[in-house]
Amino acid sequence: MAAAAGPRLGAEELGLLEKSLGLAKGNKYGAQGERKTPVLQTNNGPSLIGLTTIATHLVKQAKKEQLLGNTAEEKAIVQQWLEYRVIQVDGQSNKEDTRIILKDLNSYLEDKVYLAGNNFTLADILMYYGLHHIMVDLTVQEKEKYLNVSRWFNHVQHYPGIRQHLSSIVFIKNRLYTNAH
Amino acid sequence: MRLHVGAGPHGAKVLAAAAWGPPGLAWAPPGEHVVPFLTQPCLPALQLDSGAVLFSPNAICRYFFLLSGKEQDDVANQWLEWEATELQPAVSAALYLQLVQGKPGEEALAPVREALAHVDRGLAQRGTTYLTGDAESVADVVVWGALFPLFQDGSCLPDNLGLLGSWFRSMSQLAPCRAAAAAVLTPEGARELRAHLQRQPVPSPASKRPATNEPEEEESAEHALSEEDIAAAADAWAQGTAALPEPWQPQHPVLPVAGRKNVLITSALPYVNNVPHLGNIIGCVLSADVFARYCRLRNWNTLYVCGTDEYGTATETKAMEEGLTPRQICDKYHAIHARVYSWFGISFDYFGRTTTPQQTTIAQDIFGRLLERGFLRSDMVEQLRCERCQRFLADRFVEGVCPFCAYEEARGDQCDKCGRLINAIELKKPQCKICHDSPVVKSSQHLFLDLPKLEQRLEQWLEQSWATGDWTANARFITRSWLRDGLRPRCITRDLAWGTPVPLDGFRDKVFYVWFDAPIGYLSITANYTDQWERWWKNPEQVELYNFMAKDNVPFHSVVFPCSLLGAEDGYTLVNHLVATEYLNYEDGKFSKSRGVGVFGDMAKDTGIPADVWRFYLLSLRPEGQDSAFSWADLLLRNNSELLNNLGNFVNRAGMFVCKFFGGCVPEMELSPDDKRLLARVGLELRHYTQLLDKVRIRDALRCVLNISRHGNQYIQVNEPWKRIKGNDADRGRASTVTGVAVNMACLLSIMLQPYMPSISASIQDQLRAPPACCVLPSAFVCTLPPGHRIGTVTPLFQKLENDQVEALRKRFGGGQAKAAPPKPPTPGVDLQKVKELSEEVAKQGTHVRELKAAKVEKGQIDTEVAKLLELKRQLVLVEGRPLEPPAPKGKRKK
Repeated sequence: MAAAAGPRLGAEELGLLEKSLGLAKGNKYGAQGERKTPVLQTNNGPSLIGLTTIATHLVKQAKKEQLLGNTAEEKAIVQQWLEYRVIQVDGQSNKEDTRIILKDLNSYLEDKVYLAGNNFTLADILMYYGLHHIMVDLTVQEKEKYLNVSRWFNHVQHYPGIRQHLSSIVFIKNRLYTNAH
Repeated sequence: MRLHVGAGPHGAKVLAAAAWGPPGLAWAPPGEHVVPFLTQPCLPALQLDSGAVLFSPNAICRYFFLLSGKEQDDVANQWLEWEATELQPAVSAALYLQLVQGKPGEEALAPVREALAHVDRGLAQRGTTYLTGDAESVADVVVWGALFPLFQDGSCLPDNLGLLGSWFRSMSQLAPCRAAAAAVLTPEGARELRAHLQRQPVPSPASKRPATNEPEEEESAEHALSEEDIAAAADAWAQGTAALPEPWQPQHPVLPVAGRKNVLITSALPYVNNVPHLGNIIGCVLSADVFARYCRLRNWNTLYVCGTDEYGTATETKAMEEGLTPRQICDKYHAIHARVYSWFGISFDYFGRTTTPQQTTIAQDIFGRLLERGFLRSDMVEQLRCERCQRFLADRFVEGVCPFCAYEEARGDQCDKCGRLINAIELKKPQCKICHDSPVVKSSQHLFLDLPKLEQRLEQWLEQSWATGDWTANARFITRSWLRDGLRPRCITRDLAWGTPVPLDGFRDKVFYVWFDAPIGYLSITANYTDQWERWWKNPEQVELYNFMAKDNVPFHSVVFPCSLLGAEDGYTLVNHLVATEYLNYEDGKFSKSRGVGVFGDMAKDTGIPADVWRFYLLSLRPEGQDSAFSWADLLLRNNSELLNNLGNFVNRAGMFVCKFFGGCVPEMELSPDDKRLLARVGLELRHYTQLLDKVRIRDALRCVLNISRHGNQYIQVNEPWKRIKGNDADRGRASTVTGVAVNMACLLSIMLQPYMPSISASIQDQLRAPPACCVLPSAFVCTLPPGHRIGTVTPLFQKLENDQVEALRKRFGGGQAKAAPPKPPTPGVDLQKVKELSEEVAKQGTHVRELKAAKVEKGQIDTEVAKLLELKRQLVLVEGRPLEPPAPKGKRKK
């Protein structure tokens, strides 16, 4: 019920990302259209539009290209989950959508530490920001049901510099609902 | 590496991009589940040799280009993101119009017009041949691939977008694109694309949300407020109570009034032979109560009736068990029901019963009218008869194995497991419930309601009721599946003694079947309340009828009972809004009276937890979209974090400041821009609350209430009136304004809480000495406690629930299901350590927050630090409430 604690998608989230990348604060973000797509006015060229486009740009600016993936395969996977984040996660409009997202991610993460496998990437950061408001509302039982998502989420929120002012979400270590499945 | 391509509109782009991929790429048939972790089948998909799968068409295209050494720059990324978020939804909408609905060119292209212009502008701005430069890139392939299914040879592209046209045609000339086009442009490909689109939900352009029954989700109050919103909120505030409507006080008995909104609310009649459990309570009477209270708060003329359903075999069985007459059983349990509901604060206008002379009169009248109009027919029925007990075994006198799902304890009328209705003679291995003998099949004559004859009228009425009313999704679904399976004549008589007698020769030793009889109880109960009951029940023009129930009751309210009323042709009021909940489970399983699992209505009182806390908890997990589960740990957490720390804390502080600093009188208020912004936020939450409750989204609306007290806590925390009161004139003025606004927020909360927690609402209003205008829900946040208003004595509203207490309750109500080792109270060593750590962290964060505030840091940052602090406090509660490692259970561990 703590909707107030989640990041406002777009501009505020990019501010969080800048800080976690160690970039000097200073970018101003606008928003355009019904979906409030973020816009970044760069000094040397036309503006950039779109959350994942700007986020990718910031990572390069911070010279942390490893966050975009090391191999062609990893790069494609990172971009795939960034796209999933803006289309599926931001596009969810009802409980059923949310359920499917959590279910699919849970199944995907079953044998992975991070979204791109063993390496922490931009995909984890933006997915974490995008899911925060959903995870805040989950009951203890739901967190257990989406155990792999919970484990991954807990990893990311403890990754240095990522969480910042967002509320830390509690995951109980011992399972309460042994018959949940 | 294997590429799976399906019928969807993404085929062209991945096939074209494959030219940049590895030579000799294997194409695989479009399997059903290529992407094992996604629920919805997703094509195209690329299986990599590493075992990874790419399921996003754009990621696949990127990957092919990366393999050929072409990295994507910002401009390419931007096109790709735009294609996925903006262009693709527009193209899907246009394709749907074009291929599925067969709209002519111009009309079908309307959704993509803006996107086409965007591409044209992009080309013009860069002044290059291709989207990202003078050579084709992945961006060109992806955007071309998206447009291709719609334009194919490009002849339909708008003439005024010249650059777009020439770009599209030169893309189409590229060898990879030509090859891709040839692969998808087969007649078979076109057919498959059409079939694919038909399977998808109707797409709508990104800007327009699909029409649903749900209220327009207003942007959360967190979102930007415009200057106009803020100014409007300040104006509304200034109008004060003068702007509020007079509270409507209906005459007694409440009767419909011309020119007013007249709302008639019923909750499913609980069966008299049992004590209701928490699931029954939330499913019907409590949900209906919240809505009834809300309607009264809206000044709507409202009547809420309910009562016990007393006839039928279940009562006879129970009477036999307890050695009483059915009448005595009904008297006994009716009193128990009435007591339970009164303890829960259910605000019935009348709580009646079905065993009254009015029931007989009305049921026999409806029966007579159905008979005259030829909607009844008689037929021989084969029934189970127990020779030893010398009786026909109707419904619940017989048990056996369900013929559909093989559940062993299916009843004679319905299976509890699969929920299907059963004809008793279809039961496998039937047993008489009384003597456990096997019954024999005998014939007897019975009357049937001819539902097939009424089906057409029913469908006509449903169509109209669904178009104008709010039926929950499950109610529509269940009704639709009944209609789809076809209606059959339904038996309305039974060989029993305890029921409404059938007034027809040849049937005088029989009674009406409860399905026919029980819903008529709504009418007869109203008739016991007022002899002018027909003004409610034969008045569809003036009355809006809401039925509340759990989902198992839907067919009787949406099909069977409306058919009786339609067939009677007497101008009856039919249900406008059918509100059905899913089930509430208990911890991991079901409530079970026989196994003593779960909390039942009469025991809730003995827990020592106040009725309003029960109401709050049950309503906050009301099973609206899916089943939900009662959990003691959750109850404790929500009581301590939401009621005590959030809501109670805010209301109490607001009142205490008035008492301590301003001698109990609401101080003067000088609104700053920040205060006005807060008024607008609160106003937004209030509007949202109203929208949700208008649509009976009870659980969601409760959030809005808690959001307001959350805003209030932050407001007090940031402005620190307890410090400023000791400061200079300006500081004292600020303290005065903040206190005044906060106590008015508390007053608004007392109104919004009224449907949920009536006695807490009353205590707040009593403590604040709220004016009488506060029994109407305002349409905006107005100042109801003006400067100078004297408030009463302020006392805490909620009590902390201790873990030991809740643990003890969990054990007490756990019944036989103690399999899972119950977590024990914390051993002091382990727990205290963690509690100590967290307490220190809380203290540290508290200091940090205070420092930030002293340093006058930006408000947003302080808010977030405060949120962090609250979260730490919540964790502390959690740790206090739950040991990290439960000690091993005593004695032998069950294996």
